[in-house]
Amino acid sequence: MEHTLHQERRDFLRKVSLSAGGLLLGFTLFEDLAAQTGKGHVIEGVRHDFNSYLSIAADGSITIASPNPELGQNIKTSFAMIVADELDADWSKVTVVQAPLDNSKFDRQLTGGSGAVPHSWKRLRTAGATARQMLIAAAASTWNVPASACTAENGYVIHKESGKKAGYGELVAIAAKMNVPTDVPLKNHKDFKLIGKPIRNVENKNIVVGKPLFGLDFYRDGMVYAVVQRPPAFGSKIKSVDDKAARAVKGVSDVVRFGNNVAVVASSTWAAMKGRKALEINYEPDKALESSSDHADIFSKLMDSPNARMQRKEGDVNAAFKGAAKVIKREYECPFVPHNPIEPMNFFADVRPDKVELIGPTQTPGSGRKAVADLLKIPENKITVDITRLGGGFGRRLKFDYVVEAAEISSIIKKPVKVIWSREDDMGGGSYRPAVRYRFEAALDANNNLIGYKLRGVGINAGNATRENNFPSGSVDNLLIESLDHNSPITTGAWRAPITNFLAYAEQAFLDEVAEAMGKDPMQMRLDLLQKARTNPAGPVRYDIDRMETVIKTVADKSQWGKKPGTSQGMSIYFSHASYVGQVCDVVMQDGKPVIKKITSVADCGVVVNSSGAQQQVMGGILDGMGTAMYGKLSFNAGEPEQKNFNVYRHIRMKGIPEVEAHFIDNGKDPTGLGEPALPPAGGAVANAIYKATGKRMYRQPFIEQEPFKTAE
Amino acid sequence: MPVYSLNINGKIQKVDADSDTPLLWVLRDNLRLLGTKFGCGVGSCGACTIHMNGNATRACLMTVSSIGTAKITTIEGLSAKGDHPLQLAWDEVDVPQCGYCQTGQIMTAAAFLKKNPKPTLEQVETAMNGNLCRCAAYHRIREAVLAASQKTK
Repeated sequence: MEHTLHQERRDFLRKVSLSAGGLLLGFTLFEDLAAQTGKGHVIEGVRHDFNSYLSIAADGSITIASPNPELGQNIKTSFAMIVADELDADWSKVTVVQAPLDNSKFDRQLTGGSGAVPHSWKRLRTAGATARQMLIAAAASTWNVPASACTAENGYVIHKESGKKAGYGELVAIAAKMNVPTDVPLKNHKDFKLIGKPIRNVENKNIVVGKPLFGLDFYRDGMVYAVVQRPPAFGSKIKSVDDKAARAVKGVSDVVRFGNNVAVVASSTWAAMKGRKALEINYEPDKALESSSDHADIFSKLMDSPNARMQRKEGDVNAAFKGAAKVIKREYECPFVPHNPIEPMNFFADVRPDKVELIGPTQTPGSGRKAVADLLKIPENKITVDITRLGGGFGRRLKFDYVVEAAEISSIIKKPVKVIWSREDDMGGGSYRPAVRYRFEAALDANNNLIGYKLRGVGINAGNATRENNFPSGSVDNLLIESLDHNSPITTGAWRAPITNFLAYAEQAFLDEVAEAMGKDPMQMRLDLLQKARTNPAGPVRYDIDRMETVIKTVADKSQWGKKPGTSQGMSIYFSHASYVGQVCDVVMQDGKPVIKKITSVADCGVVVNSSGAQQQVMGGILDGMGTAMYGKLSFNAGEPEQKNFNVYRHIRMKGIPEVEAHFIDNGKDPTGLGEPALPPAGGAVANAIYKATGKRMYRQPFIEQEPFKTAE
Repeated sequence: MPVYSLNINGKIQKVDADSDTPLLWVLRDNLRLLGTKFGCGVGSCGACTIHMNGNATRACLMTVSSIGTAKITTIEGLSAKGDHPLQLAWDEVDVPQCGYCQTGQIMTAAAFLKKNPKPTLEQVETAMNGNLCRCAAYHRIREAVLAASQKTK
C-alpha cells in the first residue's frame, strides 16, 4: 500500500466549510501555489487558494473540478476517475467542471508536454482517499463503531457487522467538521474500480447534441465581432492602409490599426469578414521574405557550418569514423507543418478600466493573462480567465497571440469583443512545427559493430532540433550530437510531440538502414544496442533499458514480426514524454502500390488511467503521425505560406486508414503521458515498411512527394 | 437588411441578414444554433454540415438568400432528446476526443444512413471522407456509424 508524504499532503489539501452544507476539499495540483496563501478567488461563495477541488453535497452528488484545459486528451474524465476511484464514489453521481484560472500564480495549469496526469497522479489519489477516510470516520462516530470495521463502496460507508449503511451525502455534514487526516493510505492497484476501465468521456452527451462548449460558441449580449488582417507574408510590414471601403460595409463599426495588424469590428462575424476583404493594405518588406527554396540553401549551409552547438559527445568520434570498415551517411528532411486545430483561434475579451475578462480556448491561461497584464499595464489580479473546451490544440494554443489580440482590440474600442480567425488566418498565422534537416552518420567496424554515431540537426527556428540523450545515446562509445538553428521571420512553436514528431521518424528510418548494413534484424539490432548500454554504457543512459526492451519484445510478438508472409513490416521504438512506444507497420502491395494495412502499437505509459481514452490517444496519435509523414507540408513563397485551407493542405481522412491495434504494458508504474508519445514512432514504422515493400527509402516528408507514391499517384 | 423566413428545425425563423451571408453565420450569430461549427469556410472540413431537404449540406457554402423554403435541420433538430441512433452510438463507442467536428460528422452520417441504412464499411468510409477530424478519431466514427446502422430498423 502506498502512502503520500506527510509534508506534501499537508501543503496541498484544504478543507472548506460550505454554507449550504456538504464537504469541500480543495487541493493544489501545482507545487508553487502552496506559498501563495491569502490570494484566491471565489467559487460558490468561498474564497480559496487551491486550483482543484472535490465537493460532496448533502444529496450525495459529487463535483470534481479539473483545472487543466481540455482539448481532446480526455483529461477532464481521467482526472475525475482518479479522484473518484480512491473515494469509492458512485461514478454516476460525479460531475466534472472546468476550473477557471486561479488568481494565484501557478505553473502547471496548462496542457502540453503530456504532463497533466503524471504531475497530478498522487495528489488526485490522495484527495479522494482523504475524503473517503473522513466519510468513514464520520460514519464510525455516528454508529459508535471503530472506523477500521467500516468499508466504503460505491458511494456508501458500510458497517458489515451491524449491516449499517449510509450514503456519502448523509455523512458530509459530520465529515465537514472533522480535521483533515494525514498519512492516508492509498489503494493497492488491484483494488482500482475505475482506473484502467473504459470510462466514456464525461462530455459525450453534450458534444453529440451540439452544446456550446467551445470558445467559438461563447456569445455575450452587446459584444462585437472582430476579424484581423495580419501581414500575409512573414517578414513584411504595413506601408499604407485604406479602410474607406471597409468602413462602408454594412455592419462594420470600427477599423483599428495596432502594430502591423488591422482589425475590422462589426455587428456580425460575416460583416467583419466582408469588411476585412474590403481593406486595401500595402505591405513592404521588413525582414527577409523567405521561400522554401531559400530554406533548402540555408540547410545546406548549416550542414557545412563549423559553428555547430555540441549537444552531447562521447569518446573519439573522428578516430572511430577513420578506422571504420563501413560508414553510412544519410540526410532526412521535414517541412513546416501547421497545427490546424479544427476550431480556429478565437477569444473573447472585455477590457474595462478596473477589470479584464478573458474567455476562450487556451492551453496556457496563465501566460496569456500575464501577457495581457503587461500590455495593458493592469495588475494580473484584475484579470480573470475562463477556459472553454478547446476544439483541438496540438500545441497551437500554447501560444497566446490571439488572446492578447482580443484584449488589445477591446481596450481600443472599449467594447466586449470576440476575435475570430478564419481558417486562412489560422493556417497562415505562424507558430508552425519548424522545418528541419538531419544528417546521421554511422561507423561500423569489420564485425559490424556500431562504433561511431553522429547526428547533426539543423532547423528553422527549431532551437535544439535533436534530443541528445535519447536512444541510441548511451549505447555507442563514440558519439557526437550537434545542432544549429536559423533565425527566421517565420514563427514556430511546439507541435504535438515537439521535435520528436520528426526526429523519431528520421532516427528510426536511419537505424533501419544501419541494421540492414549490419546484416541484422532491426529489432535484434536495437536489443543488442540496449544490451551494450546495460553492460557497458557510454556516458549517461537517460532511458529505462528494461522498459524499452520489454516494449520491443512485446511489439514483435503482438505484430507477428517476421511471421507474415506477403506482408512487408517496418518497426520503430521511441521514448518520448516519459513513455515508451514501439510500433510495427504492415504494408502490402496492391496493383503495384504500397498500401498501409495495419499499425500495431505497444505503449508503456505506466498505469493506464482510462483504457478507452488511452486507445483514443494512441489511435489518433498514430493516424496524425502517419498522416503528417505522408501528406503534411506547408511551403513558402516570398514569406507567404502557399497552403491556407483544407482544400489544399492535406490531412489524413477516413478513407484508407489502416487498422490500428493498441496494446499497453501492464507494469503498475506511475502513469506517464499519452497525448503525444504514440505519434513520433508512426512515421518511422511507416517509412521502414514502405522500404521493405518497395525498396524505396523515405528521406523526406511528405512521403507522398517521393517515389513510389509520386509516380504511383 | 432583407428579412428572410427560414424553415429551421421545423420552425419558421425570421432573420435579418445580408443576402450573401452564409447560412453558417446566420445559424450561429443570428439564431445562436451553435452546434453547427465553423472549421474552414470553404466546404472542405464538414464541421458545419446540416441537412437541407434531407441532404447533407455545408452551411458555410449556402447563402441565406439561396435557402428559400428549403427545410433546414441542424444538430439541434436531429432528435428531440439527443437520442438519435447515431448520437447514442457516438456515446456508446466513446467517439469524441476534442469533439468539435462531431456534430458535423453525425449530420453527414445521419443523411447517409437515411439513404443507405445498411452500408458496408467501404461505403461508410466514402460517405464520411469529406468530414475532417483533426484528432483522427476515424476508427470510432466508422464503428459508431456501423453500430447505428445495425440498430436502425
